[in-house]
Amino acid sequence: MTLLQIKNLNLSIGDTEILRDVSLTAEAGKIVAVIGESGSGKSMTAYCINQLLPRGAQVSGQVMFNGQDMLQISERELCGIRGQDIGMVFQEPMTALNPVQTIGAQVAETVLIHGAASKAEALKIARETLNRVGLPEAEFPLGRYPHELSGGQRQRVVIALAIALRPKLLIADEPTTALDVTTQAQILELLQKLVREDGMALLLISHDLGVVANVADNIAIMRRGEIVESGPVKQVFAEMNHEYTRALFAASNHVPERNAEAAEMPILKVSGLVRDYVLPRKTAFGVPPKLRAVNDVSFEVKRGESLGLVGESGCGKSTLTRAILGLDVVQSGLIEIDGQAVTAGHKVPRELRRKMQVVFQDPYGSFNPRHKVAKLVAEPFHLLDDAPKGTARRQAVEKTLIEVGMLTQDADKYIHEFSGGQRQRIAIARALIIKPELIILDEAVSALDVSIRAQILDLLAELSDRLGLSYLFISHDLSVVRAITDRVMVMKSGKIVETGETEAVFNTPKHHYTKALIDAAPVLENVR
Amino acid sequence: MIKAAFKMPGFTIGFILAMTFVLAALVSFFWTPFPTDIVDVPNKFQLPNRVNWLGTDHLGRDIFSMLMVGARTSIAVAVVAVGIGMGLGVPLGLAAAARKGSLLDEVIMRGNDLVFAFPALLIAILITAVFGPSAVNAIIAIGIFNIPVFARLSRGAALSLWTRDFVLSARVAGKGAVRISAEHILPNILNLLIVQGTIQFSLGILAEAALSYIGLGAQPPIPSWGRMLADSQTMASFAPHLALFPGAAIVLTVLGLNLMGDALRDLFDPKIRRGRE
Repeated sequence: MTLLQIKNLNLSIGDTEILRDVSLTAEAGKIVAVIGESGSGKSMTAYCINQLLPRGAQVSGQVMFNGQDMLQISERELCGIRGQDIGMVFQEPMTALNPVQTIGAQVAETVLIHGAASKAEALKIARETLNRVGLPEAEFPLGRYPHELSGGQRQRVVIALAIALRPKLLIADEPTTALDVTTQAQILELLQKLVREDGMALLLISHDLGVVANVADNIAIMRRGEIVESGPVKQVFAEMNHEYTRALFAASNHVPERNAEAAEMPILKVSGLVRDYVLPRKTAFGVPPKLRAVNDVSFEVKRGESLGLVGESGCGKSTLTRAILGLDVVQSGLIEIDGQAVTAGHKVPRELRRKMQVVFQDPYGSFNPRHKVAKLVAEPFHLLDDAPKGTARRQAVEKTLIEVGMLTQDADKYIHEFSGGQRQRIAIARALIIKPELIILDEAVSALDVSIRAQILDLLAELSDRLGLSYLFISHDLSVVRAITDRVMVMKSGKIVETGETEAVFNTPKHHYTKALIDAAPVLENVR
Repeated sequence: MIKAAFKMPGFTIGFILAMTFVLAALVSFFWTPFPTDIVDVPNKFQLPNRVNWLGTDHLGRDIFSMLMVGARTSIAVAVVAVGIGMGLGVPLGLAAAARKGSLLDEVIMRGNDLVFAFPALLIAILITAVFGPSAVNAIIAIGIFNIPVFARLSRGAALSLWTRDFVLSARVAGKGAVRISAEHILPNILNLLIVQGTIQFSLGILAEAALSYIGLGAQPPIPSWGRMLADSQTMASFAPHLALFPGAAIVLTVLGLNLMGDALRDLFDPKIRRGRE
């Protein structure tokens, strides 16, 4: 039965055209996935369905839901439908819940608003719904607050909120993007189970082909406000009529070509590294407890090698990065850069520091918004004793910008004038300018769209071939790590649980945690 | 930059208002319609007329001339007081933020709390009680009160900036706390400081008026807007223009400064500036 039928939907906000001629259907008991990169209009399509559009939006076309045109009915009627017949799950579980209300009250609120039950009954429904999403009463009483739950558990609460009234349609906007791979697999399983049990339609919006490939029945691929290809998943993946589908597919599985040879000599050697955080005191005069974020970690990065570090959030990856970069004081252990030891807890000398640079995850937060690109890129020159001045400095900046595929005139722009991918190129330029030997990439491609990600990976591979760079590539994304690294380490709770050649680790994982990670990661190949 | 500023109506209006008073203060050094230190009692309580443009006060002095000379005191007090507050408060706040949680941070911030614990007027009375009432002492008193305002503001804003990735990359580039504070933190909190600066500037003018009102600011015969208000209060029922004109001068100066401050804040933000082009 067709529950939702979108026909020739057009949307513009102000003078900007957002959606063009979008048509989409959703059937009860089926999962429709809408795939697209950022700015493709996939979220706006969802907002059109329940009319949660920003001010100044002009819509035309038809959105038939359950026999009613959602574009024609009044706001009052819409309020009745939202939450009751259409549930919605948002991307960020950390902000989707009210931090000062208990989870029980928040789930019950949806029920109460629609006048479906008395207060006592609403709480009973809330309890049942939380049980259904895998939060049993024994561990998760209704009186829990959001901050007491992990990201995955919060997302379960958000889902409970959306399905409390058993809606006919559930819209999930990037429901697993902010979650770790193992949690992501569980949430996807839960959503599938709910669709089966309730016979509701699920509109799953995602940027990740791998996520939806194994879950969805139908798929629609969006680009620049248009659906370029749609149909049953198997058929779309088998035929791939549109070039963009092919490009997206290729980018998702992109493996850059690398020819760099690893030398024997290590550029970075870490032995027995320990980093403790002091936690708040439990009693007024007690000794404050400690959290061991990095526990006896030892490894080395050889010259020209690309070493991967994989782990889920909270495993100590970022703490390790900060320790290596000499930003934090460590409790014990030895860091050797290019054969010279830096004793733990001491400052890293400038001449060692200039051998390594870093690229951070967030392309928006890693630049001072008040400086022009020329100044931003030239910042590491501070580490050189004879840093070029004047025109020489400018030439060095321009040369590096060209090296990462930017233009020389970009040097005079501010950072907000660039897209995420361009900013990440500038971040790489900043890391490259003093010709370091090791670049630490801390989730450097995680925030990027797949096609941009593929370009950045190519750039990194090409730079390492040409300049003999070594990478320490830190990521939670297994497919990216597999594509770009020679060896990989798996980290869990501050410890390295497995190390080995990348292909060997991925093909025959030894540690049970590595196995769990690889099993949970969405794989595209299975579909074809 | 200057051209862009004058394209903003707020800045232009604010600039004209503020400059009018600055100009009046400057001109008063060379020329005023009437001398302000000569009493002409028979000519008292004149309403605004062709000779005395804004009338005369209870001693027959020309109000227009008094306002011109009074602008000197008000502007000088506010400029120096904000200068003291910013010059000492911002570095203290930045230092506290750079060494968050250290003894230095504690000492600076608890020192601030100590100053904050006393009302501004009380500090002023304290200082004038020790050193005697004068415009200079009023400036120092208001300036001291401004220090914790700027220290707290800059520490709070700097703390959130210290966690940003661009500060991390500056640290990776080997830059020290002083350099990072000057290059990365300060430019990013400048908009806050400018807005707070204009607010403190207007508060400074008001504080000087308040101090003069209770007789602890500029001493007679030096005119000041606050003292003119204070003098006029017993006569407000039959000569309201005595209070009206100095009051209007204070309001217009403060308004002009706030308009300028708002516009400058937008101008210093490259994102907003681009949106306006």
